[in-house]
Amino acid sequence: MSDNKYWQGFGELAATGEHEKRTQNEFQEDLPFEANNEKGWLDAATPRRDFLKYLGFSTAAASLAAGCRIPVKNAIPFGNKPAEISPGVAKYYATTYVQDGDAIPIVAKVRDGRPIKIEGNELSVFTKGGTNARAQASVLDLYDTYRLTHPKRKVGDKFEEVPTFEQLDELIINAMAGVSNPVLLTSTITSPSTKAVIAKYPSLKHIQYDADSFSGMLLANETCFGKRAIPSYNFEKAKVIVSFGADFLGTWLSPVEFSRQYVQQRKLKGGNLEMSKHFQFESYLSTTGASADERITHRPSETGALVLALYSVLDGSVSTPILDKKQKASIDKVAAELKAHRGNALVVCGSNDVAIQTIINGINELINAYGNAIDWSTTINCRQGIDKEMNELVDKMEAGQVGTLMIYGANPAYDYHAAEKFTSALKKVKVTISFTEKLDETSELCTFLVPTHHYLESWGETEPKSNHISFIQPTIHPLFKTRPYQTSLLKWSGNTNDYETYFKQYWIEKLGSSAAFDVALQNGVLESVSNNSTTGSFNKSGFNVAVASISSEKKGGNIELVLYQKVSMGTGKQAGNPWLQELPDPITKATWDNYAVMSMSMAKEILGIDLVKGKEREINKYEYFPEKPVVKITKDNKEIELPVLILPGMNANTIAVAVGYGRTGSLGKVVEGAGKNAFVFSSSNGVTTEYFSRNVSVTNTGKKYKVAQTQIHNSYEDRKEVVKETSLASFKKDPDQYKKFRDDLAKSYAPLTGDYRKEGTLYPDHAQPGLKWGMSVDMNSCVACGACVVACHAENNVPVVGKSEVVRYHDMHWLRIDRYFVSDKENADDLKSVVFQPMMCQHCDNAPCENVCPVAATNHSAEGMNQMAYNRCIGTRYCANNCPYKVRRFNWADYLGADSFPNNQDQKIVGKLDPVVHQMNDDLTRMVLNPDVTVRSRGVIEKCSFCVQRVQEGKLNAKKENRVLIDGDARTACMTACPTEAIVFGNVHDKESKISKARVENEQRLFYVIEQIHTLPNVNYLAKIRNTDDVEEVEHHEEVKTEAHH
Amino acid sequence: MNLKRIFRKNLIACFLVFFVLFNTQLVAQDGKVLFNTKCASCHNVFKSTTGPALGGFQEKENGKWADTKELLKWVKNPAAYMANDAYTAGLKAQFGSVMSSFSDITENELVAITTYINQTYEKGPGGAVATVQGSETEESPNKNVFLFGVISLIMAIVVVVLMQVNSNLKKLSDDVEGILTPEPTPFYKNKSYISIAAICFFVASGYFVSNGAIDFGRQKGYQPKQPIFYSHKVHAGINQISCLYCHGNAMESRHAAIPSTNECMSCHKAIVSYEKGPKLFDKEGKEINGTAEIEKLHKFAGFDPKNPSAWKPEMAKPIEWVKIHNLPDHVYFNHSQHIKAGNVQCQSCHGEINKMDVVSQFSELSMGWCINCHRDTKVNFYDKEKGNKFYSIYEKFHNDIKSGKMDSVTVGDIGGLECQKCHY
Repeated sequence: MSDNKYWQGFGELAATGEHEKRTQNEFQEDLPFEANNEKGWLDAATPRRDFLKYLGFSTAAASLAAGCRIPVKNAIPFGNKPAEISPGVAKYYATTYVQDGDAIPIVAKVRDGRPIKIEGNELSVFTKGGTNARAQASVLDLYDTYRLTHPKRKVGDKFEEVPTFEQLDELIINAMAGVSNPVLLTSTITSPSTKAVIAKYPSLKHIQYDADSFSGMLLANETCFGKRAIPSYNFEKAKVIVSFGADFLGTWLSPVEFSRQYVQQRKLKGGNLEMSKHFQFESYLSTTGASADERITHRPSETGALVLALYSVLDGSVSTPILDKKQKASIDKVAAELKAHRGNALVVCGSNDVAIQTIINGINELINAYGNAIDWSTTINCRQGIDKEMNELVDKMEAGQVGTLMIYGANPAYDYHAAEKFTSALKKVKVTISFTEKLDETSELCTFLVPTHHYLESWGETEPKSNHISFIQPTIHPLFKTRPYQTSLLKWSGNTNDYETYFKQYWIEKLGSSAAFDVALQNGVLESVSNNSTTGSFNKSGFNVAVASISSEKKGGNIELVLYQKVSMGTGKQAGNPWLQELPDPITKATWDNYAVMSMSMAKEILGIDLVKGKEREINKYEYFPEKPVVKITKDNKEIELPVLILPGMNANTIAVAVGYGRTGSLGKVVEGAGKNAFVFSSSNGVTTEYFSRNVSVTNTGKKYKVAQTQIHNSYEDRKEVVKETSLASFKKDPDQYKKFRDDLAKSYAPLTGDYRKEGTLYPDHAQPGLKWGMSVDMNSCVACGACVVACHAENNVPVVGKSEVVRYHDMHWLRIDRYFVSDKENADDLKSVVFQPMMCQHCDNAPCENVCPVAATNHSAEGMNQMAYNRCIGTRYCANNCPYKVRRFNWADYLGADSFPNNQDQKIVGKLDPVVHQMNDDLTRMVLNPDVTVRSRGVIEKCSFCVQRVQEGKLNAKKENRVLIDGDARTACMTACPTEAIVFGNVHDKESKISKARVENEQRLFYVIEQIHTLPNVNYLAKIRNTDDVEEVEHHEEVKTEAHH
Repeated sequence: MNLKRIFRKNLIACFLVFFVLFNTQLVAQDGKVLFNTKCASCHNVFKSTTGPALGGFQEKENGKWADTKELLKWVKNPAAYMANDAYTAGLKAQFGSVMSSFSDITENELVAITTYINQTYEKGPGGAVATVQGSETEESPNKNVFLFGVISLIMAIVVVVLMQVNSNLKKLSDDVEGILTPEPTPFYKNKSYISIAAICFFVASGYFVSNGAIDFGRQKGYQPKQPIFYSHKVHAGINQISCLYCHGNAMESRHAAIPSTNECMSCHKAIVSYEKGPKLFDKEGKEINGTAEIEKLHKFAGFDPKNPSAWKPEMAKPIEWVKIHNLPDHVYFNHSQHIKAGNVQCQSCHGEINKMDVVSQFSELSMGWCINCHRDTKVNFYDKEKGNKFYSIYEKFHNDIKSGKMDSVTVGDIGGLECQKCHY
């Protein structure tokens, strides 16, 4: 019998009474009727007579309204219709999502002239159509009401509008006349044509600076390989993957590409029982760590020692640093695995320290990774900034040696380790120009604001990997008076062409003809793949210095701090995006904030909260109330106060804080109050920037702060069959354990025919004469990147509700990624595994929601879909109460302005809504809405529809083309967004479809969530298998019996 | 006492129910009105138009159509009927389209229509003469109703007078016999009368209110004034321009889309005056100057007929047409689904638009109207070589057709009545 406990929150772990109580209620509150008091209807503030009065009044009003004329609606066609536009038909344009160095080839869906959805570009060899949450959400940034609408210059303390770019050019050229030493400060630029434009600008010095710097790796590679570059990685080729703090599935370097490669070795298709082994050394619980087979936590200051220890075990020529017993054992184990898999292994490290990265290079050389899992023939270009150059620039600025500073993409006033120094140095620069989309911390300090296009309005190209070009083409006419920064540079350097012309000439010349250029634009990508990976020429010259540097590493203090990036927020460049702010963090399930994450043992020490053996009241207080204790974190003279979230799997001496929060209010109402800036804790070691602190002091302030978490919003009443997870060893021992469970169900419930589906119920079976839609979710492939959640937002007009509503359990996500911790009950800090389960409407064929609806607003289709007719729903919420999967969402307020009465959004009875809800209702922001999906009004239930609008479109296209529906005609938004193909959707009646194959090939891992209650879901899951050797007993026989009594 | 009250209450309830049932059945079947609303857009009594002339139709086909049941079958589902009937199939070949189905028509209504057709036909094709001076003959049924009404009124008065006489006599005889009776209450204070009147009022107003409420927001017959007097009759009718020439978007999109100004100009660069066509009249009967309307278009397009070569399409400005067919936001309707995949004629929903000078909304665009059509319309089911290949996967229906369980597959059979066909 296994001791494993699967739990979502501490209340569940300790099985408190409050947990018990809350699982009984789907909704934690009643409908906001005024009569909600103990006295009942008749004695309420609005008694029956008032009701009759209102009834009479509304009848009279209705009859009056009936006499009124219906407002005249106009249909306004084009004056001169462009040939390529047909109203109501979506067009798709290949382009590229660009944010600083990150670039993802995408296809933008453009409906009636406005981009409304981002899809991955499947022609790209390295992303294969994968996207991430930030790329999915970027379309909303285009319609941001806080974008700069016209050029400005600073007069006194305020910005004044400059009417035209011609006038602005004149002003700037005049200002720059006689000023020497112009510098262009940017984030990493991967566009060759832009670099050519920059090179043409006379005596312009170009400095690249990244908020999450990879200088350590770039410099280490320069020492070892003579190239200041990053080689490309192929996680698909690695049987053993060791990561030292590199969150490569979430935020490290090129996560979309890496997660796709990573899961190829973990899909266990068709009876295959081999999977890669992933070790993660880290100080906090990252999404990558959550997916790892074995996690070892350590203090951030110990990274060097661990890396060096691994090197010494492998090589033996250097002395091993002192480690504690557990760490030593892990390093030995890892070393043994690496040795056994020479040539099939890969070690990556998230540290920005040159010495550590040098040793990592040494390890990779020892295990023969170069030429195999690491390829020097193609480089990754998305991080090129060198911290030292930035430091030198700031020194020069301070010394008054910089005459003009132009800034694009970089925001050092917010994310530079010495932001104050930069701010004061900036004052000594004569001309400061900011090319920016929105007013940010740095551009606020500049003299000239030259607004730039959003990438969906731009021309250009990127080269995120060498020889992998991805083009950018505009999908909409610029919304505001903006101009590409490249055009500005061209104009100011005396060139008459704008960037568009320059760019086109550049590429037509390069590709030979304009026809070739058109083809390249249409495909979006131009990639020449080399199949021969090269090793690079490794030399050990920098080694002794590195070893010495690590050996002299200072010991950390009592509490160390590590900065990390969330998959949603990254370094905070898209912090003004409501979809990203409301995307729950995969691990903490918190929205709208950053916070200090600490282990249970540290919480006990600092806050006196014992979540395992403490009093029930204490656990409930922490777990079920949004008010979290606030601590003050101090390092040197910098301090911030942050709420605390307690997590298992944290290093006992480390607290972790996410960067990217606490942005300036000029980014919009969205960021107001959303967290604190944690970049203040970054520092420089002289060469590179360090994103951790060796010693911080943490004190309990006694204050409380509300954090909006979603993890405890939906509970399964202790049904254990929701997640199925086991170790590879036990799966190998009993590969049919999940299948057996299903067979047993048939035996117990269908003794006559053995047909569980038909015999296990009193209800008649739904027939599906033609198509039947189904979905398969592979929990082994899900890395919780959140791309599907945001894609669902964008596709289905899912409203943003704001922090205050998330606190009230009113979050509206149709698709959520449930996170389960796996640990022993007694030793929760020591995590065995984390399971991610994307959970959406299961479209049950025997749906409990359907037969409780009094108005038949939810019912079953002939294609196996659970349909929801919003205009029929009267909001009884019986369906949500009866849904065992807790996937139905109720519109507590009119979040998207569907009712067109403005005060419907601001009534006392629904509670005041956050400003962000109103921002999302701006005419400009509403342009992002999908016109094929109804905007739901207040008081109705909604839920995942299997993207029925896409299904209908797919069917219609097949009919119009007089052909059978083929696999891929209808794909849900979550499926297309997923970088790892964890979600597969299609027609299960088609034996050749991906979904049918997924079910056949993974028969042994296939299960349906709480199948024993005979809901017959159309969504199946594939059990999570973690590659460890401990063997766990299966307990399914008992399960069947206990559930039978429910 | 209590029992009595309950009895009385039930009686009233029964009365109410009867009244409502009775009322709906008693609605007079006015053949002419029915003919005009349902048939006249395609049929004339004397001459063939979109459909065949209807005069004397009951004599055709050996008097088969005299049987109202047979006629009803045809009218309710022409497509199905035609499958087993050579004559109507021949009509389709002759006229090029199938009659729209009238699934909600009742037998009584059909009789009324036939009677009207027969009566008109008997009066002969001098119809034009007959209609001018024929107000007398035409209104004779109405006159009959009036006559009956007067007679019933007189009878009712007689009944009331007799009842009064009766009660007076009874009172007199009671007085004579010394029985004490209360003073008679006048009828306007009589509670029975008042309650009967109240119930009548309540039921009648309820009937109108609920009907009105159902129709609330529906715009059947909506015929707004447009910025340019554009006549579909002149374009699609007289000049035989295909609907899809201008509304080609309907083949690929959910929107049929109104053509842009420059699309109008592709013809009206050359056609600058309205000369040969019939006189145009607006709703109020005022004569419209066609050339002036074309000039309006030229103004929108920025076109100068005197200097045609100076015109460029970029100069065109959009025209703000008034939208006639409006669906609620929660309804998804796709033109291409119906026209390209479903082969539905434009006229099925939009009426005889090629005869309208001023377009009006022909159908009520209600959910019941949609659903009824989905119930009856057959999909182009795949059968070996024929039909849309998309349907080849519906194995069950193929088997049922083979075994004779079903003869055709309707939109409803493949899920066309489900919520998420139109609401998502």
